[in-house]
Amino acid sequence: MSVMPQDIENIIKSSYEYGFFTKIDADTVPPGLNEDVVRLISAKKQEPQWMLDYRLKAFAHWQTMSGPNWAHLKLAPIDYQSISYYSAPKSKADGPKSLDEIDPELLDTYNKLGIPLEEQKALAGIAVDAVFDSVSVATTFREKLHGAGVIFCSMSEAIREYPELVQQYLGTVVPYKDNFFACLNAAVFSDGTFVYIPEGVRCPMELSTYFRINEAKTGQFERTLIVAEKGSYVSYLEGCTAPMRDENQLHAAVVELVTMDDAQIKYSTVQNWYPGDKNGRGGIYNFVTKRGDCRGDRSRISWTQVETGSAITWKYPSCILRGDDSVGEFYSVAVTRGKQQADTGTKMIHMGRNTKSTIVSKGISAGEGQNTYRGLVRMSPRAENARNHTQCDSLLIGDQCGAHTFPYIEVRNPSADVEHEATTSKISEDQLFYCRQRGLSEEDAVSMIVNGFCKEVFKELPMEFAVEAQKLLSVTLEGAVG
Amino acid sequence: MLQIKNLHVSVDNKPILKGLNLEVNAGEVHAIMGPNGSGKSTLSHILAGRDGYEVTDGSITYNGEDLLQLETEERAQQGIFLAMQYPVELPGVNNMVFLRESLNAIRRARKESEVDAVAFLRMVKEKARLVNLDEKLLKRSVNAGFSGGEKKRNEILQMAILEPQLAILDETDSGLDIDALRVVAEGVNALRSPERAMIVVTHYQRLLDYIEPDRVHVLANGKIIRSGDKQLALELEEKGYGWITEGAAA
Repeated sequence: MSVMPQDIENIIKSSYEYGFFTKIDADTVPPGLNEDVVRLISAKKQEPQWMLDYRLKAFAHWQTMSGPNWAHLKLAPIDYQSISYYSAPKSKADGPKSLDEIDPELLDTYNKLGIPLEEQKALAGIAVDAVFDSVSVATTFREKLHGAGVIFCSMSEAIREYPELVQQYLGTVVPYKDNFFACLNAAVFSDGTFVYIPEGVRCPMELSTYFRINEAKTGQFERTLIVAEKGSYVSYLEGCTAPMRDENQLHAAVVELVTMDDAQIKYSTVQNWYPGDKNGRGGIYNFVTKRGDCRGDRSRISWTQVETGSAITWKYPSCILRGDDSVGEFYSVAVTRGKQQADTGTKMIHMGRNTKSTIVSKGISAGEGQNTYRGLVRMSPRAENARNHTQCDSLLIGDQCGAHTFPYIEVRNPSADVEHEATTSKISEDQLFYCRQRGLSEEDAVSMIVNGFCKEVFKELPMEFAVEAQKLLSVTLEGAVG
Repeated sequence: MLQIKNLHVSVDNKPILKGLNLEVNAGEVHAIMGPNGSGKSTLSHILAGRDGYEVTDGSITYNGEDLLQLETEERAQQGIFLAMQYPVELPGVNNMVFLRESLNAIRRARKESEVDAVAFLRMVKEKARLVNLDEKLLKRSVNAGFSGGEKKRNEILQMAILEPQLAILDETDSGLDIDALRVVAEGVNALRSPERAMIVVTHYQRLLDYIEPDRVHVLANGKIIRSGDKQLALELEEKGYGWITEGAAA
């Protein structure tokens, strides 16, 4: 149409603006995985014995497992022996005591990503934990948060400083036996974020973790644990980027959320890992287990995700609605283009009475992208008057892409009410002509229609993220039509 | 302003327009009438730059430029507006946002400053009154769930905001009851000006009771076979198309 082939090429090449690599001395263990590597990671992090035991148990179990093959994904087998399981910037070896001690190269990297770590430059109202390859390199606004009683630190630090809390909750939402990738993560996780909100505290600022994979041939296995005590509230954001590389890199994270009575966690993700080039070479394999446990009555967990990156996305942020009157929400926009594949959705496990869940999934496929929604809604026998509403919409751009929907519904309580709505639409020639006749370029038209399609999800994101997400979406879909 | 010379257009290798000639000057309102299948919509679409039409011969000159060399959005930016027969729904795209983006895209292309939100709001409210469009519709998605009449009024609202130099109304009267027709016509009449030309494409004469044309052309079998003043439209109303088309075939 109006865009020449070479323009499209340029757009595709330029559109991943986070593809740079930071040259920094790193302490990287050689590729390969065995019990010694697990011990080495634990030793590097000066972990207590119980943590090492947990890792070894997980590793032993992992060796008996095989990867999942039920997802609607095409991928070559992953060679787990060719990955390095630990890489840390060298200057971090002793651990910086304050932000002043952080390697300027690292500060520069995060500045380039638009995440200034110096507190005076940071976005007002957002505290950041920056995870670089395998370790957390900085956590901002700790003092201020500490004053409110909020613990916000790297997972390694939490294991050392708050062992009782970590031991009490770690692995209770996602047990190490849960699935192949969660089990691998339990054995080799290197860092991540720990958040603890004490009873009755409304966290005074947004918390966020920024994940960056830098080193080649490494995997990132981070672990996030957020505990919200009775009547507390926290909003947490995560963002992700990686350099452009020809080989695939593995990202296998685990996120566990726990809410007690009347507590609420709002968890938002903008995932923009490197998606690979137009021929499907390189890109991140994003295999993530995210689950929230509404343990207390009237507690609430909301997942909002905007997934535009990664060669392959495999993730199902879920809610276990254990407490009576608890609420689970899942709002998702997943975009696949080029040769990207996504198999994503959620699980809402209703166990308590009067529990409610809402699922809004918006899948956008362009190019040769394949987008799958997979969701489970389970109403257990005890879940009297449980309610679910699912809305699952797919938008196709072009005729080489695909959208697939696999809803699983299990109802074991006759008073439960489950609604499922699904639509598939295409950006039509008529719509594009209409917009262009009104003076808009084809790309602006597509971006406008797509943003309209995603509106219900974007409005769930915190303000700064919503703007980011819209921009990201426009950049991602540039050259998608033509 | 617009010169169409010996225009031949095919769709899927099937000739639709077969040597059409038309000249429109600033300030004029031309009505194009004709039976179904005569090529009226093809003419509207080819002027607006819709894909899927192949020009096999002839030329279209707009303000001295070769119109056929321009992309669809460039034509819009240079002042061509098509009020569509079937306005398209854009679910999730706010009507007001759409209008503002559209206006600003056109202004940017003309190197004019963008209209700020406050000035825009004032402008839209004023123009919405002109076409008697419920302000609630401004907050909804573009055309989504609008009635036939509301869609057409929304088209005229867009026209009023974008202030085109050449407006083409493609069967704007179709599907309208007489009250809606009157409102739309009043909106159109309010936009008549010495700098602006309009092409009103219609099957029926009744729209021309409200929008008085300077010239009336009868399009049949891909050609303009008769041109005249508004009397011609009245004659068509009385006698139908048969007497001219048969004459043309003979």
